[in-house]
Amino acid sequence: MSDVVLRTEDLGITFGGLKAVQSVNLEIRKKQLYGLVGPNGAGKTTVFNLLTGVYQPTTGTFYLDGEELKGKTQEAINHKGIARTFQNIRLYNNMSVIRNVMVGLHNQPEFRCNPFTSILRLPGHYKAEEAMRARAKEILRIFGLEEERNNLACNLPYGKQRKLEIARALATNPKLLLLDEPAAGMNPHETEDLMHIVRRIRDEFDLTILLIEHDMKFVSGLCDEITVLNFGTVLTQGETSEALNNPEVIKAYLGE
Amino acid sequence: MVKKLLKSDDFKLKNCINYLAVTVALVVCIFMKSQGKLPNSYANLLVQIGYSIILAVSLNLVVGFLGELSLGHAGFMCVGAYMGTFISIQLSEVIDSKIVCLLISMLCGGLMAAFFGFLVGLPALRLKGDYLAIVTLAFGEIVRNIFKNLPWFGKAMGLTTSAVRFTKKDIPLFIIVFIMVLVTLFLVQNLVRSKHGRAITAIRDNEIAAKAMGINVTFYKLFVFVFAAFFAGVAGVFYGHYTTPVMYTFFSYNYSIEILVMVVLGGMGSINGSIIAATLITVINFKLQDALSGDLAALKYLIYALILIGIVLFNNAPKFRPYKERFAPKALIKKLTEKNRKPSDIMSDEADWNKIPTKIKMDEVLTVDVQDKLSAAQKAAKEEE
Amino acid sequence: MNILFNGLSLGAIYALIALGYTMVYGIAKMLNFAHGDVIMVGAYALLVTLNLQGHIALGVVVSVVVCTVAGIVIEKLAYKPLRGASPLAVLITAIGVSYLLQSVSQLIFGAAPQPITIGNFGTVNLFGAEISTSTILTLVVGSVIMACLTVFIKKTRTGRAMVAVSEDRGAALLMGINVNRIIMITFAIGSALAACASVFYLMQIPSLEPTLGSMPGIKAFTAAVIGGIGSIPGAMLGGVLLGVIEKVCLSIPALSPYTTAVEFGLLIVILLVRPIGLLGKKRREKV
Repeated sequence: MSDVVLRTEDLGITFGGLKAVQSVNLEIRKKQLYGLVGPNGAGKTTVFNLLTGVYQPTTGTFYLDGEELKGKTQEAINHKGIARTFQNIRLYNNMSVIRNVMVGLHNQPEFRCNPFTSILRLPGHYKAEEAMRARAKEILRIFGLEEERNNLACNLPYGKQRKLEIARALATNPKLLLLDEPAAGMNPHETEDLMHIVRRIRDEFDLTILLIEHDMKFVSGLCDEITVLNFGTVLTQGETSEALNNPEVIKAYLGE
Repeated sequence: MVKKLLKSDDFKLKNCINYLAVTVALVVCIFMKSQGKLPNSYANLLVQIGYSIILAVSLNLVVGFLGELSLGHAGFMCVGAYMGTFISIQLSEVIDSKIVCLLISMLCGGLMAAFFGFLVGLPALRLKGDYLAIVTLAFGEIVRNIFKNLPWFGKAMGLTTSAVRFTKKDIPLFIIVFIMVLVTLFLVQNLVRSKHGRAITAIRDNEIAAKAMGINVTFYKLFVFVFAAFFAGVAGVFYGHYTTPVMYTFFSYNYSIEILVMVVLGGMGSINGSIIAATLITVINFKLQDALSGDLAALKYLIYALILIGIVLFNNAPKFRPYKERFAPKALIKKLTEKNRKPSDIMSDEADWNKIPTKIKMDEVLTVDVQDKLSAAQKAAKEEE
Repeated sequence: MNILFNGLSLGAIYALIALGYTMVYGIAKMLNFAHGDVIMVGAYALLVTLNLQGHIALGVVVSVVVCTVAGIVIEKLAYKPLRGASPLAVLITAIGVSYLLQSVSQLIFGAAPQPITIGNFGTVNLFGAEISTSTILTLVVGSVIMACLTVFIKKTRTGRAMVAVSEDRGAALLMGINVNRIIMITFAIGSALAACASVFYLMQIPSLEPTLGSMPGIKAFTAAVIGGIGSIPGAMLGGVLLGVIEKVCLSIPALSPYTTAVEFGLLIVILLVRPIGLLGKKRREKV
């Protein structure tokens, strides 16, 4: 029980009468790779938006390491240790790759330096900048993006943009990482590569990862447990291959 | 340590060329003044150029780097001009030196403006986009309205500043103004070229992603806004020490727009551009003042209007993108220099500090394409009928 | 009593202008800064007609036509190419257009204020107060126009399409609504309303100059924001509220110099307490 990182209780939200998500109960243990699957419009991204404070839940609540995070702002939730990527990539397109990651490092205590230190160029500024650059390079190396660090983010190919987004989220030093369709738009080779990376960062950073994905190969190859959503409700939960073979799930995907 | 410092971004020629340029200009002007070759009207022009640069650079911080539109920059300048000069006048009874008076009032005027920036920014920055424009506009009008009517500031006659105004006997005001320009550049560029500057551009580029990265959006917006207001206040204090009387009519909405024109002309997010554009527009204004009188004065505003519309359309309209790639100054320079470049330094790490193209939301642009295609398809269908 | 009526009629003028702002904002998601200057264009069109010995009624028609055309042309030339660009770019262009209109009219008509007389309608005695007929006219005609607009939006195909576009442009597009046409119509209607407002405005203040539109324009926008931008009843409410407050403030000697400060102060207070305006609807941003 104590190694549960994320617990949601009866999480739900309604948009003007439409129950977008209702009574989602998740329990994700430390270092687990957990999948959230379901047909389009099932409410997967909405769950992410609830967990990151973009939307406030109308029912239920959620806990990270036993601490209730419901009602906190997006910034505060990130500080508490939930980081995410976006379905439609949201990089800072006009910044170089390394700067994107450095924005992620912004709040790390070891790089703290207040605006006036920077404005007056006190020694603390140079120390922080240099340390951040070094750390960002390290993170980029894991994703194989070190060579590209000085290119503008918008000039990267799609697959690398996805990776960069994960790198940037990782830079905020989260306990729980939410990946929204990380393999979308990738070719099989890149997907394979991404699976290795995801496993590697999980091990290296002691991460717990919750991911949304449509590529079932990716999900079954990576996740040990999944939750299947349909029309905002939980269809089934449990061990991956079992859940995917559930007749209800097949019906939801393929129709009657 | 020193060696490391010299190797850092701050000491790259590209990043301190504007300090050099301003310093050289200042030295040349001082030299000319000492030779008696600088007419008085030109010394006045230099003061105008100086405070225009301060205004444009600080507004660029809000519009270009933070991506919020403020139409009240003249309002903050107004606060600085009235309050700072008022303080200076009071001080002049105690302190003899005009320079000391100016420096103290500069700080006070700047802080006052910053305080007002805080008051206005606090409610406005919690809202999205266009609201800030209208609230700052409203603020500018409120400030003017209040200073016009308060008994201490000369009411409709304006605040008479002859007690502290710099005259021929004093050290030329433009020297102090230009030193302050250097200080402004130093502070603003240091902010922009730091982790905080990165956070600010991140907010502009993608606010949602910035929030998700844990960046305190409200804090940074407010910080930039207050910071810029401070410099607008300082510029106002200079204005108060250069002209008399300080009139509320000067700080109208039109003046805010004039500063905005400087920022847009110079390029949003380009500090060097702001410096050049502020100089250019101030000089043009100065030259046109005599040439255009009466109704023809409207020509000036016509030019402003065309600059604003032309540049924004050229930079942002999807239709013009191919031309932009071919004819924008950046592209032309690139073409000229491309041959002489080693492949290794084409994309240096510092490439995006100074010039950041105005953002375009890709998904929305795509929608427009779909729209065009859809209407084309509809047309084709109609023709078939 | 008199103050109240004057306030109401000024409010009706503000409401008419505010409607233009709010409709354009609701549908094109942009703040049309040049809207105030369309009023000025309408006023000059009226002046020119009257100077050419045209009848006042003809002048009103000409004014409405000129404004409508101006609105459409502005939209086509300046705003349409920017569809999809960042809001900041559109906003700055709108400011540019506002300047363009002001400076061109100054070049044509000169900066000096020109007097204009739109007949004297005398006064009537109502509830024991002398109230000028033009005030009553403004109130009545203004209300009728607003009622017509409400019916138009609720009952006609085009009106419903407008609502659809303001709710979700993408979805409306997929439903086969010609979004560009709807936006154009919105600009046309907004500008026509501005022309009506200009006629009423000139009845109250019979002198016009190139900057005539900017102050009422800004105030009407304030009214639109107070009422909740994008909301049509909100614009009416905000306009009337602001008009009454302005007249009441002007009538109190201690407050009258600070009228502008009070009005804009109200805007800031409202935004602090209720950021979406009095009747505004909350919008959710898609992530």
